[in-house]
Amino acid sequence: MATRAKKASASSAKAKSSTSLTAPPPADFNKDEELYAYREMLLIRRFEEKAGQLYGMGFIGGFCHLYIGQEAVVTGMQMAAKDGDQVITGYRDHGHMLATGMESRGVMAELTGRHGGYSKGKGGSMHMFSKEKNFYGGHGIVGAQVSLGTGLAFANKYRDNGAVACAYFGDGAANQGQVYESFNMAALWKLPIIYVIENNRYAMGTSVSRASAQTDFSQRGASFSIPGFQADGMDVRAVKAAADYALDYCRSGNGPVILEMQTYRYRGHSMSDPAKYRSKDEVQKMRSEHDPIEQIKKRILDEGHADEAGLKAIDKEVREIVSDAADFAQSTPEPDPSELYTDILL
Amino acid sequence: MPIDILMPALSPTMEEGNLAKWLKKEGDSVASGDVIAEIETDKATMEVEAVDEGVIGKILVAEGAEGVKVNTPIAVLLQDGESADDIGRAAAPAPTPAPDAKYESAPAAAPVPAAPSEPAVASDPDIPAGTEMVPTTVREALRDAMAEEMRQDEAVFVMGEEVAEYQGAYKITQGLLDEFGPRRVVDTPITEHGFAGVGVGAAMSGLRPIVEFMTFNFAMQAMDQIINSAAKTLYMSGGQMGAPMVFRGPNGAAARVAAQHSQDYAAWYSHVPGLKVIQPYTAADAKGLLKAAIRDPNPVIFLENEILYGQTFDVPKLDDFVLPIGKARIHRPGNDCTIVSFGIGMTYAVKAAEELAGAGIDCEVIDLRTMRPMDLPTVVASVKKTGRLVTVEEGFPQCSIGDFIANQVQRQAFDYLDAPVITITGKDVPMPYAANLEKLALPNVGEVVDAVKAVTYAG
Ligand SMILES: Cc1ncc(C[n+]2csc(CCOP(=O)(O)OP(=O)(O)O)c2C)c(N)n1
Ligand SMILES: [Mg+2]
Repeated sequence: MATRAKKASASSAKAKSSTSLTAPPPADFNKDEELYAYREMLLIRRFEEKAGQLYGMGFIGGFCHLYIGQEAVVTGMQMAAKDGDQVITGYRDHGHMLATGMESRGVMAELTGRHGGYSKGKGGSMHMFSKEKNFYGGHGIVGAQVSLGTGLAFANKYRDNGAVACAYFGDGAANQGQVYESFNMAALWKLPIIYVIENNRYAMGTSVSRASAQTDFSQRGASFSIPGFQADGMDVRAVKAAADYALDYCRSGNGPVILEMQTYRYRGHSMSDPAKYRSKDEVQKMRSEHDPIEQIKKRILDEGHADEAGLKAIDKEVREIVSDAADFAQSTPEPDPSELYTDILL
Repeated sequence: MPIDILMPALSPTMEEGNLAKWLKKEGDSVASGDVIAEIETDKATMEVEAVDEGVIGKILVAEGAEGVKVNTPIAVLLQDGESADDIGRAAAPAPTPAPDAKYESAPAAAPVPAAPSEPAVASDPDIPAGTEMVPTTVREALRDAMAEEMRQDEAVFVMGEEVAEYQGAYKITQGLLDEFGPRRVVDTPITEHGFAGVGVGAAMSGLRPIVEFMTFNFAMQAMDQIINSAAKTLYMSGGQMGAPMVFRGPNGAAARVAAQHSQDYAAWYSHVPGLKVIQPYTAADAKGLLKAAIRDPNPVIFLENEILYGQTFDVPKLDDFVLPIGKARIHRPGNDCTIVSFGIGMTYAVKAAEELAGAGIDCEVIDLRTMRPMDLPTVVASVKKTGRLVTVEEGFPQCSIGDFIANQVQRQAFDYLDAPVITITGKDVPMPYAANLEKLALPNVGEVVDAVKAVTYAG
C-alpha cells in the first residue's frame, strides 16, 4: 500500500548516550513518494475539514478530535510500514485510519453514527477498528492504547511473524502510569513495538512544560534502556526516515524504540475547545512556517515533480473522495434498532 | 454470664411489636427451640423460640406491653450455676446496628437487626422563612460550595486535570485559581491513578483534598486507590487514620460520547463499605451536599452530571447552607405510587410524575440524593403509603441501585406492596454512539410512565 523509499540504514541514527539517539537525516523521496505523501496528507486534511463542517451542522456528535497539522506523522510512519504491521492510537484517530488504507466512506459514516460506518455506528469518532487493515483502534481512554499496543507486539513475538506494532500517543498520555509499566515489559521481553509519541505541545489546555518534568519524550524510556530520538513531525521525510530506522531496529529483535514526533495541532483539542491557552500568533507561525502539506507542495513544485495544475488535479480528486464520503455518511441509514443488543458477547 | 433475650424481628419489615403472652415464667428452664413467648406484629402473631439453654432469671418486659422495639431486652436467661444475683452482669446486648446495618442482609430465618424507627419525613433543614432564593446553575452551585469551604478551611484544596488555568474542563472550578492561587488549585498531569493516590496520601496526613476527575469514566484508572486505599484505610488502621476527601466530577452519559465516556458509577461505588456516595439533582442539593462532603471525615464520591451542570434551580441565600448526607428528599409528595430516583434520573421521574398526574395517578417522587448510606426509611415509609414502587436510574440493570432498593423494600415492606417493584435503568449494553441507539439505550419518560401504570394496574 505504501510506496517504499530507499531504505535508511540502521546506522544512520547515531547514539549520543545509551538511549539518546540522533535522528537520521530526512529520507530522500523520489517523485512517486513525494506525490504519494502529498496526496495522503491532503486526503487527511480535507477529510478533517469536512468532519469539522459536518460537526458544525450537527451530523456528528459527541467528541470529535481533528488531526489537522499532524498529518505528516502517520503518513510518514505508514509509508515505511509493511503489510502486517499494526497501528493503534487514541481518539485523534481519523488520520491514522485513512493512512492504514481504511475507506473514507466507512470512517465518515462512523462519525455520523450510521450503519455503514466501520463500527456500524456504535463506536463513533473515538472508537473505530479495522481488522483487515490491522488498525486496532481508536481508544477514548488516554494511555490505554499503549498497553494494548504492547500486547500486539507481544503477540507478534509469540508468533514470530516479523510484524511490528506502532502505538501512537500524545505528550499528555505519556504521563500515564501504564505507559511505563508497558515500557518495562516491552524492554524486558524485547517486544517489537514502536512507541510513537505525537508531541503536539498541548494536552487539552496544558502545555508540555506545565505537565511534564522531563519534556524530552524520546528519553521517557531511558530507565528501561529503550532508545529514542526526537524527529521533525512536520516533515514527512523526517518521519519516514525515523520510521525506517525504528522498524528495522524492531524487526531485528532489538526490542522497543521511542520516536518523539514534534508536531502541532492547529485546531482546538476537540470541537468544543476554544483554545485560549495559546496565542493566534503561535498557531499562525506553525501554519505558515512548518505546515507539512505546504512544505511538500513547495518541494514538488521546485523539483518539477508536478505543476500547479497537476497539484490542483490531486486536490480535486481528494475533494471528490471526501465529498462522496460525506454524502454517503449523511444519506446511509442509522443502525437498525436491533443492533443495540448485538456484539456484546459472542 | 447471664444472657439478655432481645425482642426479635420476626419479619423482615418488623420494627416493633407487642409482647402478647409469656409462655414461660421466671424460674422456668428452657431448651433451645422452646417457645417462650408470643409476639404480635401488625400483621400476625408469632412465636418466639429460645436460642440458648438456661433458666429464665427475670422477665423485663411484661405481658401485654405494646410497641416494644426490636432488640429491646425482654428477659434474662441464667446459665449453669448462675442465680438472679448475677443479673446486671448480663452480657452486652447485641450491638445496635451500625448505620449500614439497616441494609438487611441476614437470612430471613434469623432475627435480623432492627430497621431504624419510622423516620420523620425527610426534608432539608428548615430554611428560615423569608430566605432569599437565588436562581443558580448546578455549575455555579458546585463552584460556590468549593469556594466557601476553601475560604473557611485552609486544609481544603482542589486538584485534577485542567482545574486551574483552564478553569475546569467543564468550568466547575471557574475562578478558583484566581482566588486561591496555584498552591490550592492544582493542575495535574493526565495521571489519574497517580494523583488519586497523591490525594489519598495527603488526606491521610490530614489535608482535605477535593480530587476532580475530568469525568468519572477516567476514575476507573484510579479505582484501586479509591477502593483499596481511600475506602479501606480507616478500617485497616483500626480507626487511626482515614481519607477525609472528596472525589468529584461528572458521571454518566453526556451526549453521544459513546461507550467509554458514558457510564453511571452510582452502583459501583455504592458497593463499597468505607465510602459515602452522593449524586445530587438540584443546584441546592449540589451546593449543600458538596459542602457537607468536603467537611465529612470520610472519602466521599460525589457524582455530578454534565447535562445538569447548566440547569438552574433556586438555591437559598444563606451564609452556610449545608445539607445532611444520607437523607433523601421528597421532591413531590403523592399517594398512588412511589418513584425513587437520583441525579439525572430525576429528570425522567419528574416529567413522568407530571404526565401521570394528568392521567389521575398521583406519584410521590423521592430524590435519593445519597446512595450510601442510603435513606431507606424514607423510601420504605413512602412505599408503605403508596404500596407501589418504581425506581429510575441511567446505570446498567444488573446489580443496580434499583435492585438494591427493591430487595430492601421487599424485606422491609413486603406486606405493603401491591405490585412487584419495577426498576427502570439504562439498557444492558455499552453506550452506543449512533443517535438512535443512544436514545434506546437510555431510560425515557415513557418507560417510567408505563412502569407506574403497570404497578398501579392503570393499564
Ligand atoms: C484516562 C483519561 N483521562 C482524561 C481524559 C480526557 N482527555 C482526553 S484527551 C486529553 C488530552 C490528551 O492529550 P495528549 O495525550 O497530548 O493528546 P492530544 O490530544 O494532544 O492528541 C484528555 C485529558 C481521557 N480521555 N482519559
Ligand atoms: Mg498533545
